[in-house]
Parts: sequence; C-alpha cells; structure tokens
Amino acid sequence: MESKLNLNPRLIDSARTAARNIADDVQNFIDKNTTVTVERTVARLMGVDGVDEIEKPLPNVLIDAIKEGGGLSRGAAFWIGNAIVNTGKTPQEIAEKVSSGEIDITRLPIADENKIMEAVYSTAKQMVERIKNSRAKRDEYLNSIGEGRKPYLYVIVATGNIYEDVLQAQAAAKQGADIIAVIRTTAQSLLDYVPYGPTTEGFGGTYATQENFRIMRKALDEVGEEVGRYIRLCNYCSGLCMPEIAAMGALERLDVMLNDALYGILFRDINMQRTLVDQYFSRIINGFAGIIINTGEDNYLTTSDAYEEAHTVLASQFINEQFALKAGLPEEQMGLGHAFEMNPMLENGFLYELAQAQMAREIFPEAPLKYMPPTKFMTGNIFRGHLQDAMFNLLSIWTHQGIQLLGMPTEAIHTPHLQDRMLSIENAQYIFNNAREIGNEVEYKKDGIIQKRAQEVLAKAEELLKDIEEEGIFDTIEKGKFGGVKRSFTGGKGLKGVVEKDEKYFNPFIDLMLGGAK
Amino acid sequence: MEGIQKADLTKIKPYGDTLNDGMVQMSFTLPVPYGDEASEAAKQLVSKMGFESPAVVFSKDLGVGYTYFIMYGKCTHTVDYTNIEVPKITMEYMEREEVEDYIKKNIKRDIVIVGACTGTDAHTVGIDAIMNMKGFDGNYGLERYKGIEAINMGSQVPNEEIIAKAIEVKADAILVSQVVTQKNVHIANLTQLVEMMEAEGLRDKIILICGGPRLNHELAQELGYDAGFGTGSYANHVATFVVNQIVERNMI
Repeated sequence: MESKLNLNPRLIDSARTAARNIADDVQNFIDKNTTVTVERTVARLMGVDGVDEIEKPLPNVLIDAIKEGGGLSRGAAFWIGNAIVNTGKTPQEIAEKVSSGEIDITRLPIADENKIMEAVYSTAKQMVERIKNSRAKRDEYLNSIGEGRKPYLYVIVATGNIYEDVLQAQAAAKQGADIIAVIRTTAQSLLDYVPYGPTTEGFGGTYATQENFRIMRKALDEVGEEVGRYIRLCNYCSGLCMPEIAAMGALERLDVMLNDALYGILFRDINMQRTLVDQYFSRIINGFAGIIINTGEDNYLTTSDAYEEAHTVLASQFINEQFALKAGLPEEQMGLGHAFEMNPMLENGFLYELAQAQMAREIFPEAPLKYMPPTKFMTGNIFRGHLQDAMFNLLSIWTHQGIQLLGMPTEAIHTPHLQDRMLSIENAQYIFNNAREIGNEVEYKKDGIIQKRAQEVLAKAEELLKDIEEEGIFDTIEKGKFGGVKRSFTGGKGLKGVVEKDEKYFNPFIDLMLGGAK
Repeated sequence: MEGIQKADLTKIKPYGDTLNDGMVQMSFTLPVPYGDEASEAAKQLVSKMGFESPAVVFSKDLGVGYTYFIMYGKCTHTVDYTNIEVPKITMEYMEREEVEDYIKKNIKRDIVIVGACTGTDAHTVGIDAIMNMKGFDGNYGLERYKGIEAINMGSQVPNEEIIAKAIEVKADAILVSQVVTQKNVHIANLTQLVEMMEAEGLRDKIILICGGPRLNHELAQELGYDAGFGTGSYANHVATFVVNQIVERNMI
C-alpha cells in the first residue's frame, strides 16, 4: 500500500525491530516463570470448575493446595495428571476431594512419567477440541447469517445485572450494534479469582463469570439470528486473572477481549512480572480461539495529553503487536487501540487526529484497529458531546478503522441509558453511510499539516522504542515513560502469585494451542 | 429596552422564546411498544409531571418493545429565586503562582497533599486532572506547584491505605475522587472514610476534600467533608482552599 502520509518505511522497520527486541528480552523472563492464575487456567482447561462451600472457586482451592505443598514450580498439569493416574478420577472429582481434604495432591505417590503425560494430554485434548468446535461454530454463523460491515459498531452494557444486560444488549443489536461489551464491575480486576455463577449485583458493571458469558452468548445468538447478523461478545481479559478469563471466553465463544500487555501494570498497579507472564498465556488462548484482542493504548491518553503523548500510543502498539505475535496471535486478531482524545478546543485538532488514525492504519494494515471515543473532554453538555462523537465517527470511516467503540453523548454523566446507545448508533450509521468512500477519494497535501504530524509522531515513537530497547521494558516502566505512570519491578499487586518454573515444568496447553490449530 | 417584560424573580419558570412560556425540552424511554398508544402514554405522563400542552416531536422504536420520545411541554410551576440559598465555597481562587507565594509567605514550609480514587472505583481521570503534573485543560496539576508535595496514589485505594499514607507522610490534606456513582456506592465509601478518620482521631488534623462529577460542596459538607469540588474544578481551586484552611485552622 502506498503511504498517503509519505511515511518513511525504514523508520517503520526500525521501530518494529526495536519492539521485537524488547519483546524477545521480556519473553526470556516470561518463559522462566508461571503464576497462580496461569496454573488455575490449566486446571480449568482440564475440567475443574465450581466453588466450595464458602464460594471459593475450586481452581483456586486446587492451585492453593499445590502451592502450599511446594509443587507449583512443576506446574498444575503434572499434579493433576499424577492424581488421575493414582485415583482414576476426573480432574473435577480430584479438585473436590482436595477441597474436602480427602486428597493431599502433592503427597500422592509419583506415578510413571509416561502415564502421567498420557493422562494429561488425553484430558487436555478434549478441552482443546471443545474450543476448536466453539471457533468452528462462530465461522458457521459468519458464513450463514453474516456480519455487519467494518468498522464494527461496539457498544457497552453495564447494569451490574446480567439479565438486565441481556435486555439492553438485545436492544442495541436490534438498533444496529455489532459488538456488545459487558463492562466488568469495577472491583473485579483486582480479585485473584473468578467469581462463579450468574450475578445480579455489580458497580459500574457486571461480574465476568463463565455462567454470565454463557447467558449473554445465548442471548446474542438469538438476537443475531433474528436480525440476520452475527453479534460479537466482548469482555475483559485483564486484571489478576487474564488467562482464566481467556479460557472461559474461549469455551463460551466470546469474540473480542480487552487484553493489553501493559495495561494492568500501569493502570491497575498490578505487578509487572505477574502481568507479563499472565498476558502471554492469555494471548495464546485468545489466538487459538479466534478471539480479537483489544489493546488499551487509549488509556495513555486519558491520563496524559493526547497531542503530546501520541507517540507513546504508537510505540505501545508496536510492542503489543510483538507480544501478540510471540503468543501466536495473527494480525487479523490484533485490535490495536487508540483514541480520539485531543482537546476539542485545539486548533486543527481534527487534522492531528486524522494523521494519527491514518498512520495507525498504514503501519498495521491488517489489524482491526480499535478506535476509542472522546471521554476526557466530555462535559455533560450532551449536545456538544454528540458532535464530538460525530467528528470521531467521521474519522473512523475515513481511515478504515476496524472496531468503533461508540461514544455516548452522556459520557461523564452515567452509564449509558437505553436511548443513549440508540442515538450513538444512529450517529455512526448516518456518518458511515454518508461518507463511506471518503478515505479512498481524499489524499493529503505533500508536507502539509497532516503528513508532517504523522511523520513527526512516527519519528518520536521510533526514538522512544530504541530507548526502551536499550533500557529494557522493566526499567522503562519504572521510570514512568508510559502514560506518565511509574511502577516498580517488585511493587504492585499479585507478585506473590509469581513462581519460577523448575526444569520439569510443563503446560500442555501452550504446546497444544500456540500458533493455532495443528 | 422598553416593552420587554422583566422576569418576576419571585415566580420564575423556564424561558423558550417568550418570557414565562415555560418551555421544557425532555427525552426519555417508556417500556411499551412503539405506536400511537405509546405516544399517548408519554403525553399523559408529562401532563402528570406538571406540564401543559405536552407534545411528542419525535419517537422511535428501540427494538425490545420500548419506545424513545423527544418531547416539549409548558411548565406550570414556578420558583421563588429571591429565596434561594446554596452553601458554597466562598473565596476568590488564586492562580498557581499566587498559591505558591501564599505558601512561601504564610505557611513557610512545604505542604503535603495525598490523593486517590478510593474504594472500588478505577477511574483516575478526576484525581489525575487535579494532581498530575500535566493537569487538565491547560491548568497544571498540584505536582507542578512549588511548595506542595502531591502524592497521587492512583485508583482502587482502600480507605485504610489512604489513611495510613496520610499518617506516614504527615499529610495536611486528603483528596478523594469518586467517579462511579452507580447505586450510590460513592456515598457509602466517602462516609466510611470520614468515620475511619474520626475513629483514628485524625478528622480535625487533616483537611478532607472530595471531588467528582456527581459531587458538590453541599453534599460534601453533609457527608462530613471540608469541601467538595464538582465538574469544572481545577488544581488551583483545590490548592486555594487547602492553603486558606491551613492558615485559618492554624495548621502551620
């Protein structure tokens, strides 16, 4: 594709190479470590689910038992496999017996290694097959009832009650939404477990549970068949349980997951070692399940200035791209994020936003870019807000964004009311239709404001990436170069859930899932 | 101008394009299917709200048996403006440089302000706007102020932790931001902080301020805070209040 922005391909290559080296460096660290949530994910994927009498999830009960027994560095798969060989029971039955105290899982006799491997792989393959079928079911829907045109219209529901969410989601789908994201209750990202069952209470959102996923999936399939369009379901694969949520989403056919490599570190103060290890396995699962990930670069722009810090967004997109590739996630599933967050009073701000959006399009040509709406400068003036959203929609159709998170006129007032979503969908549909081919018709003046701005942002991003390459990502984050947020290597939440692997560690699902179906 | 009627401030009502026409624009959704009956229901409802001549100017099927309306009506009620009283922070806000000078002249030491978005709330946009170096909309945040040590603890900070931090750094003031207000979660959280500070015997020793899009000074005072800052507040407003309080309460 010829660059409309006259971007220097050598700079793009250099930035990408630096990002690759940054990711390689971190991958060495990732490969040496596991975490409690990675191991709980292994347990879940081997069939462990449910809660004990105090509502503690059985995957937590099991992994805590292994950890207390000093066995976590060997990996949960080994201990579950050994218990299967010893008892002839299923992983679920084993977890129940661990919970009731009937089995001390790390004190069982160690069985023959081949038998353990056989037990592990035959169990693991069943779940991998289930995920494959789930992916096939999505393809079947896409081939039969089809889907909306890009940019997909993405709206949020956030009532706290999954059944109320269903009503609002179905209404939004009927009005034209293509993706429904169920916002998570604000407290969930810092829970070191995934709650269980259907839930009807939450603050600013609804708990992400496997049962809630199932309820919403069913509702969206129903309404999708009715409107003749596959409706995608999105949730949050972030926080302290990234890979567990990925596994639940893969099983229940979620289509989109918020899944950033650095977000938890910067914005939830989760320990960086923990998040980097967690994100890797979560992305392997998302990649295998055909789930589009959305990265969180938009967040940099709500904490720092969108005009001045634009290059950090691009730098982060490059890094997220490389981490995703490491986890075998193809570019078509990389919903790299960015946002329309410049101060609306900035003269020519629209031109700078255009430069940024077009630049991302050209640098990541296959990625379904996730474009986030204005939020920071939404004031409560719903009428001006509706106009800001219109400008944002115009840029999206112009620069061929992949996923359009629709801005709401009532942003900064409340979680969207039923009619707010309708007004926003109507806004986007009107503009997308009315200006459909504008991007193919318009070129930019050579060395004009738009071209120069994009070139400048690219140059600064390349420079930043080379700095990070030299310093390493850990030091960079410690110095606060992303989003202006400083985090220390051993600070933040969840560090005690990180465990170094021993030489016999294994995780069958990395083997079975990395790089897609074999 | 002659010939134009002046508003009677003891009996004010909305102005559309003629004084006292009472015109109000409103929009809402009813959980009934789109159609003539829905519009009639909307009109009757608006009449019950105290509007004359209710008119549905637009309605739309929301797709799940619900209907959206944009309406106008003439308000029949009035309010006596001359009797209104609103508790407010009554002070002239200083600019950043003035605050810095004020600290130098009147307090003669660095002051310490600890801030956070507390409880389960994960939205740092408010506390960042007030505290971070960059500030918001051209107004620098407290971190930029000479003479102020500003510590932004970020989001989802438990009330225990912000109190512990305030003790540790001998804070003069605590700023609490609350953005999520669904089901009044912010009220419970803000109340808990006051109660914990009272229990620790700290309430009088530290200036306690809250802020957020759904907060105002009146609500803040009701909850036991020294001040509340809503939408449109900047770092210099908060800073002015804090330095004045330090001097007034003799916390120098």
